[in-house]
This record gives sequence, structure tokens and C-alpha cells, in this order.
Amino acid sequence: MLLTSYFLAALAIVLAWPTPLALSKAKWTARAPVAAVLLWQAIALGGGLSMIGSMLVWGLTPLGNDLISALHAGWLLATGDPSVNFPGVIHLFALSTAFLFAMHLVLTLVRASWRTTRQRAKHRHLLRLLSNPSQTRPNTLVLDHDLPVAYCVPGFNGSVTVLSRGLLTQLSADEQRGVIAHESSHLDQRHDFLILAFTAWHEALPWLPTSRLSLEAVRQLIEMLADDKALEVVTRPVLLRAIVGVASSIAPAKTSQDSAMGLAGEIVGMPGGEVSSRRLQRLLSPVAPLSGFQNFVVLSCTVLLLVCPTILLIAPRLLSW
Amino acid sequence: MASLGDLERSVMDLLWDSAEPLTANDLRDALAARGTDAKELAVTTVLTVLARLEKKGLVARERSTRPHRYTASSSREDHTVGLLNDALGTAQDREAVLARFIGGISADEAVSLRAILDSVKTV
Repeated sequence: MLLTSYFLAALAIVLAWPTPLALSKAKWTARAPVAAVLLWQAIALGGGLSMIGSMLVWGLTPLGNDLISALHAGWLLATGDPSVNFPGVIHLFALSTAFLFAMHLVLTLVRASWRTTRQRAKHRHLLRLLSNPSQTRPNTLVLDHDLPVAYCVPGFNGSVTVLSRGLLTQLSADEQRGVIAHESSHLDQRHDFLILAFTAWHEALPWLPTSRLSLEAVRQLIEMLADDKALEVVTRPVLLRAIVGVASSIAPAKTSQDSAMGLAGEIVGMPGGEVSSRRLQRLLSPVAPLSGFQNFVVLSCTVLLLVCPTILLIAPRLLSW
Repeated sequence: MASLGDLERSVMDLLWDSAEPLTANDLRDALAARGTDAKELAVTTVLTVLARLEKKGLVARERSTRPHRYTASSSREDHTVGLLNDALGTAQDREAVLARFIGGISADEAVSLRAILDSVKTV
């Protein structure tokens, strides 16, 4: 049990700091956004699991040789069975910390989802008053404004894509198809759940710098995923022109507003006027997707990150031999 | 019978388009004039809708007169800009709406990207 708790603690530290740091710098993620998104989830889940697990297992060490017998002994202790030795204050402290930390993570997620749901409901209500259904496209609303904007509002009972009049007048038909394919892939693949999970993760652990890195990385990766979907419908130059068309008319208005606020998480263009965001780079100079073997390696790591802490939690004695 | 949501929209449209504050009676007559099933519309229904809209902060009520008169608390344009701020992530609630199409691309980048695209086009 003791060795297991140390191992889990080491895993938690590795997953909390060096691994996300390395992954956020890695170049291959642009070549395999799907695998990269899965890996990010495994890192967050495995990290949380091993953080909680290490404290739980360590706290239970005096009570038994594996999780089941320790939990059983803990139950006997709680019900006042005199045959079980009191495990000591430090171990109780570790157990309480594990419990509180787990509750903290769950409650942050609940709070974030509740807040998001409420904000979306408010947004939808205003949309209902201000927008008109598109004549030609299903589940699409048109907002009367000159800025070319496209976005989607996910929801359980019907997600909607919102396009502005500016988008419909300023972009060519092909470019519009690219934008809409991009947006609907966000909706189809429910990227909002991903963002919600990583936002909550970041809110729960704001002192952990890598929680912000992972949120930003996942944000970029889902844009790449959506771009890939859009490229099934339109060609690369069309999609790029659409991005330029939308970005250059919005960005000036945006930066003037934001310069004071310092919008967090925005990728700032390099001084030399280069294109720094990875999403654009991979559209400008396409890179080959990862080979089958490379993908296999990444997916194996993903699975291992989830399986290892789980197995060690259930059967901590595996490491004592 | 139109749903409450549709009525909210019709009422807001009337208030936005009207230069002056309107009473519930004015609104009911205007709705009836539009001819959308509103002939049987009772003033109390309009008042219910107005109360809902007031609670949501969309409508302001003048209590000095009898009957009370209602105005839209801010213009259609202001609300649209508010929605776009949500969408572009300029508002506090960034995650309310997912995936602005241009997510994470700066003005500088847009400019240099346009230059790149133009140079490709001319070749």
C-alpha cells in the first residue's frame, strides 16, 4: 500500500507539471488533433485520479493491505468496532484531504456546468428576440449585424448555429459553406463538453499553471478538428480566405476593445507579422498526419494513463511484490 | 394561439419600433392589428408577457402614469452587440458560446495571412 501511494503521488506530480508542459509545446499535436485531445483528457483524468488516489491509499495504509480490506476496516472503525486500531491523526488527515479534494473537483464541475447552462439560456432567449431563422439552412439563425460572425450555441434540446448578416453578405457561398461546416462539427462532436471539463479543471486548480495550458491547448485542438471537418467540404484556400475575411474585420474592433482588458488566452501575432497560431500554420503548410504506428503509441499512452492509476487503486498490492 | 415566446418577440418588436412608451392596451391593439391570432388576446396576457420581460430586464415600466407605460430598456442594436460580445469572447463569460469561427487569431495575423493569400493568388 505504501509503495503504491508513493507511486501514485509521483504519477500525480508528473501529470500535473512536466507532462502538460511538454505536450503543450509538442509539434505533433497539430498532426493528430484527435489523438492529442484524447491524450489531454487522459492526463487530466489520470492526474486527478492519482492525486486523490495517492492520498487515499496512504491514508488507508494502517488499516489493511489492499483497498477493499482497508475500506472494510475503516467501516468497522467508523461503526465503533473495538478490534480495529485507530489509524492516527496524520492518516485521517490524508483521508480527509483526499475526500475534500475529490468533492472540490466535482463541485467545481457542477458549478461550471450550471453557470454555462444559465448563460446559454439567457443567450438563447435574446437570440429568440433578435434573430430570424435562416430561410435556407436548418437549425440556423441569422443575426442582423454587419460584423461577419459565425458561432454555435450548444444545447441539449437543439443546438443552433448563428450567422450574422455581415457574414452572409461579405463571404462567398463557398466560404460560407466552410464556416458552417466548421461550426456544425463543433456541435456534432460536442466540443462544448470538452471545454466545460477543462474550464472546470482550470477553475478548480487555478494555482496549477498547467491547468491553463491544457485549456488553451484543447481550445486550439478543437479548432483544428473543426477545420479538418470543414476541409472535407471546401478547399484549403477557401477556408483560409474565410478565416481571413472574418478575422480581419473583427479583429481590429476587438483589439481596440480588449487592449485595456488584456484578453486572456488570445494568441498574439508575432512582431514580425508572422502567423504564429498553430491552427493557421497547419492550414498554410499542411503536415502529414501521424503514421498508424505513431497514432498507436499515443493511444496506448492515453489508455495506460487511465488504466494504471485505476488498477493501482483497486489492487495496490501489485507494487508490493 | 401564439406561444409565449412568440408573443415576447412581437411585444419587444413593437416596443423597439415605437418612439414612445406604450401601454398594455396599445400593445394589445397593435398585436391585434398585426392579425396574428391575436384577436382573442387578453390584456392580462400582454401584462403577463410584459412582467416576464421586465423581470428579465428587457423592459422598463413607467409607474408614474395610469395605466403603466412600457419601454424597451435598451435598443435592439445594443442587445445585438451584447450577443456578439458573448460570441466573440469579449464578455466575461467566455465559454457561454463555443467556438467563434476565428477563435484565437489576432489582427496582425489576419493581416499577414491576407498578404500570404494575395501573393499566392497572383502567382
